[in-house]
Amino acid sequence: MIAPRKILTDEMVAKIEALAPRYPNRRALTLPALHIVNAELRHVPLQAVAEIAAVLGLAPAEVQDTLTFYQFFHQEKPHGKVRAFVCRSVSCALRGGDHLLEHLCHKHGVEPYGTTADGELTIEPAECLGACDFAPCILANDDLLKNMTPESAEAELKKPRARAT
Amino acid sequence: MQPFKPVLLEAVGVPDGHSIASYKSRGGYAPLEATLAGKQPLDVVEMVKASGLRGRGGAGFPTGLKWTFLPKDHPGPIYLCVNADESEPGTFNNRIMMEDDPHQVIEGIILSSYATRATTAYIYLRYEYPQSWHRLQAAIDEAYAAGYLGKNIRGTGFSLDIYLHRGAAAYICGEETGLIESLEGKRAWPRIKPPFPAIEGLFRKPTVVNNIETMACVAQIARRGVDWFKSIGVPADPANPRDPGSYGPKLYCLSGHVEKPGCYEAPLGITARELIDRFGGGVWQGRRAKAVIPGGISMGLMTEGELDTPLDFAGPGKVGCLGLGTAAVVVIDDQTSIVDFLHNSCRFFAHESCGQCTPCREGTSWSLRLLERIKAGKGRLRDLDILLELGNTMGMMPGSTICGLADGAAWPIKNAIKKFRGEFEDYIKRTNPSGWMVTDPVPALQIVGAH
Repeated sequence: MIAPRKILTDEMVAKIEALAPRYPNRRALTLPALHIVNAELRHVPLQAVAEIAAVLGLAPAEVQDTLTFYQFFHQEKPHGKVRAFVCRSVSCALRGGDHLLEHLCHKHGVEPYGTTADGELTIEPAECLGACDFAPCILANDDLLKNMTPESAEAELKKPRARAT
Repeated sequence: MQPFKPVLLEAVGVPDGHSIASYKSRGGYAPLEATLAGKQPLDVVEMVKASGLRGRGGAGFPTGLKWTFLPKDHPGPIYLCVNADESEPGTFNNRIMMEDDPHQVIEGIILSSYATRATTAYIYLRYEYPQSWHRLQAAIDEAYAAGYLGKNIRGTGFSLDIYLHRGAAAYICGEETGLIESLEGKRAWPRIKPPFPAIEGLFRKPTVVNNIETMACVAQIARRGVDWFKSIGVPADPANPRDPGSYGPKLYCLSGHVEKPGCYEAPLGITARELIDRFGGGVWQGRRAKAVIPGGISMGLMTEGELDTPLDFAGPGKVGCLGLGTAAVVVIDDQTSIVDFLHNSCRFFAHESCGQCTPCREGTSWSLRLLERIKAGKGRLRDLDILLELGNTMGMMPGSTICGLADGAAWPIKNAIKKFRGEFEDYIKRTNPSGWMVTDPVPALQIVGAH
């Protein structure tokens, strides 16, 4: 049987190893490693989990256990080039957050957490983004979109954006 | 309110205020230099104890006292974890400090590490703050370059590294032992205490967990002195020997239905009404407040009639709220349905319960299903009693869970139903005219199907 092609690049492994001196053990690198892989691939497939585990000297189940706890890392397929977290917690909800989420999902023909067919945009409900002074707000990759209306959000999400760091 | 000039928010609106040059021009890092040159770690502990500083993260535990729980003469390492997993709905003051004045936070971290003899400090930063991430990292780099971080700082033999560690969008990571577990690379399941983190925390070593705003306060106490800090806020109640008082400035986050949402600095003890009227420009669109959250959603609700409650550590508790929490004040106007509010609250906690303790995992998810059933027009008056029963039985206070998340989930339920029961009853009767009085048990599947 041919071994599956490696998913983790040398560059990713180097980034993970560069953080190793910060922690007294390698298990603490789990979350940073997941972020490093996710930033490149926009998801963390099972194969990558096994490879991270090998790099860190852990059982794949240990890494998978941590990954699934957070609901943050997609595993089946990559999230869109733009990942839009639409806040639905209390301060945003009082100023139309739920409506905003519903409108955007409807416009783009996706369910919450879904990705458009062209792979450009993922819309996810988020709990408090910590920007209640700008409610309702959206975090699109690294950009905080403030005081959104359904119209302004639609326009903002059409714009190309730098990758999330 | 006594005359007051913002200190913690001094850099907000200052061009380039986040740079080390700007921070030093405001007097920053001079206290650190003086401390390293002439004071012992215990002097810093004594200073913070004398200031009466209480943790700003939510629980309000006296910071200096927390530090003294560390074992004496421990061979090390001792860790400082700085909690920047600011996830309580309505709260954003840490974000503003990290973005606009990161060096104030870093100076506080260095002073606190010196005091506690920590040689590594981790800032656990929530994922949702990419701008804070970049600002903090740039500021840490500047601090290393200026010789405030690294090995043998200023020739004192004191060494410190600060590392940023990013979370992945989970509310429970703000619980101090959940944070520690997450930092260790595991699922963020809070630990049973004791042992407390001061004895056995991160990587099984003595650990202090402090909030970002607490760190900024330490820097300001070192700069302006204990007397300055104690001159602000509400003194300890002489009739209550267990009251440590509420000293110092506090960052209040004001949001929801106000004209001018924002983060405002005021002495501890400002009333909710003063905050809303003087800083927030009043309730929006000329309306009245129906309810106000005093300190993040988990603290419960105050009614319009309770708005003159002082927002110090003891105030909100006197009107049945859980406490001051994060001092995030969210205003709900009189056009808003309290049923919608409680549904939002229950949805949040059902989503964020970590699943470790059954009463919380089940209690939060069933309270959400009940609220969904009520909102779908299938509610019955009996549901309110069931919700109250859930609220009264889950949490650390009834003794059924490991951490306080469930208490935070229970408080909005208890407060909303106790203080707004009439509105719930009207809603249920109006939307379910044929079934509101039924008291038979509901088959579980039917409830599940309602959502």
